[in-house]
Amino acid sequence: MYALRNKYAIAGIGWTDFSKKSGRTVRSLASQACINAIADAGLKVSDIDGFVSFNFNDSVPAISVATEIGVPAARYANDFLSGGNAANMIVLTAAAVIEAGLAETVLCYRAMNGRSGFRLGGGRDLSAYNITQFTAPFGWITYPQAMAMWCRRHMIEYGTNAEQLGEIAVTFRKNAEKNERAMQRDPISMADYMNSRMIVEPFRMLDICLETDGACAVLVTSAERARDMKRKPVYISGGAYGGGPDQGEDLFDALRWPDHSHNYAKYIADDLWRSAGMGPKDIDIAQIYDCFTYSIIMQLEGLGFCKEGEGGPFVQGGRIAPGGELPLNTAGGLLSEGYIHGLNHVIEAVQQLRGEAGVRQVPDIETCLTTAGAMTCGSAMVLRN
Amino acid sequence: MTYAKPLPVVDVETRPFWDACREGKLKIQRCANCGHKRFPPTFYCPKCNSPEHEWIESSGHGRVFSWIVVRHPVPREVYAADVPYVVALIELDEGVRIASNIVGIEPEKVTANMPVRVIFKPVTPEITLPIFEPA
Repeated sequence: MYALRNKYAIAGIGWTDFSKKSGRTVRSLASQACINAIADAGLKVSDIDGFVSFNFNDSVPAISVATEIGVPAARYANDFLSGGNAANMIVLTAAAVIEAGLAETVLCYRAMNGRSGFRLGGGRDLSAYNITQFTAPFGWITYPQAMAMWCRRHMIEYGTNAEQLGEIAVTFRKNAEKNERAMQRDPISMADYMNSRMIVEPFRMLDICLETDGACAVLVTSAERARDMKRKPVYISGGAYGGGPDQGEDLFDALRWPDHSHNYAKYIADDLWRSAGMGPKDIDIAQIYDCFTYSIIMQLEGLGFCKEGEGGPFVQGGRIAPGGELPLNTAGGLLSEGYIHGLNHVIEAVQQLRGEAGVRQVPDIETCLTTAGAMTCGSAMVLRN
Repeated sequence: MTYAKPLPVVDVETRPFWDACREGKLKIQRCANCGHKRFPPTFYCPKCNSPEHEWIESSGHGRVFSWIVVRHPVPREVYAADVPYVVALIELDEGVRIASNIVGIEPEKVTANMPVRVIFKPVTPEITLPIFEPA
């Protein structure tokens, strides 16, 4: 199991503007986020010797960023062919790479023109090859259509309803109101949620995350070195990556997944908590992967914050709002802050744990859970200050 | 008029399935070694790793495991005339799941565990899609 508890830390974070139309290349966005993370840590470009990223839709290879910002010797560069499931895994990988002696100071980034360039939510290549020959010909093509199928199953089994999904959307939007990075800051009410356009039943427009142009970067190094850097280190207490049996042939495929009311989270929960030496009760706040409202419910159940089937009631009554028992997605989440494929959740976790989150700071916190992924595989971390 | 919707790119593992559809049969694989029934097609059996298999005909009957109603067409130019349409995960009587459309019923009237049966819809000379209607 994870032998690196609190041995590695996040020492720098960087991001770009989140927008619908960056007017810039993805490479320059990635470079800007990386330059900002290096400056945040008080380091120089020449201190960087490793990169980890993921590139399920558009991105740029790590070596191109290393080239643009002038890293003299990138000793490690890895681009995972992965989606949101990897947004925490790349950070865990950075720690493992450093532990292995392959690099010392590693930048993890995700960059995309997710709205003006390749729209992940807008459809896929319509040629139905490999596993998609059994899905796309029936008009089952987009991610909202994929996850709506999962959500319906939870409704069938447990009676989960629109008010519960709506409470997630409304709560996160309220958080985004206090976040100058967020793309959507206009208040919404439950009535606004209910009246938002039905896209693919049971999902309305406000169940679905944003599409974003932008980039985020996270700088990982040893805890020992991080303590000598500019910022207060945020320690990686534990983490896990994986899923269950029958994870499918790509990130859409769940034809063989046994239980669409539960996703990867229930399969990594034991590893996650054991690695951190903690449990759900030890978590002060969480940034949970919310490509859709419903994915929150599966992860809360899977990671043991509530019992299976009780995720719907759990999110009601202010429990997940600031001041509640478990404040979630304090920056607004992928639903309202923006969709940098989940790496923006790590940025927010670090800001909160440093006490730098300004008007949206949750007071007196020591731990923050981050998660990444919504379907058959994913990753999660416990971070602490 | 050309068929604008996604068409299966048939490959060496899936050709028997699509050939059978064209003949009005819904077929799934059964492992010749351990008997495990599986869909979608794979080369190896996930239970025993045997590459030996046979194609057996499904009864074509099953139940709705989950479903969605697509109201916003993506891409618009391809699906605008079809919305709302139903995509369902159907659990066949043989125990495997298949994704397909449910036709012949108002989308609002689809229910969980509803019995359905396969019908075949030729869309090109090569491709016939297995779709479902209430049984």
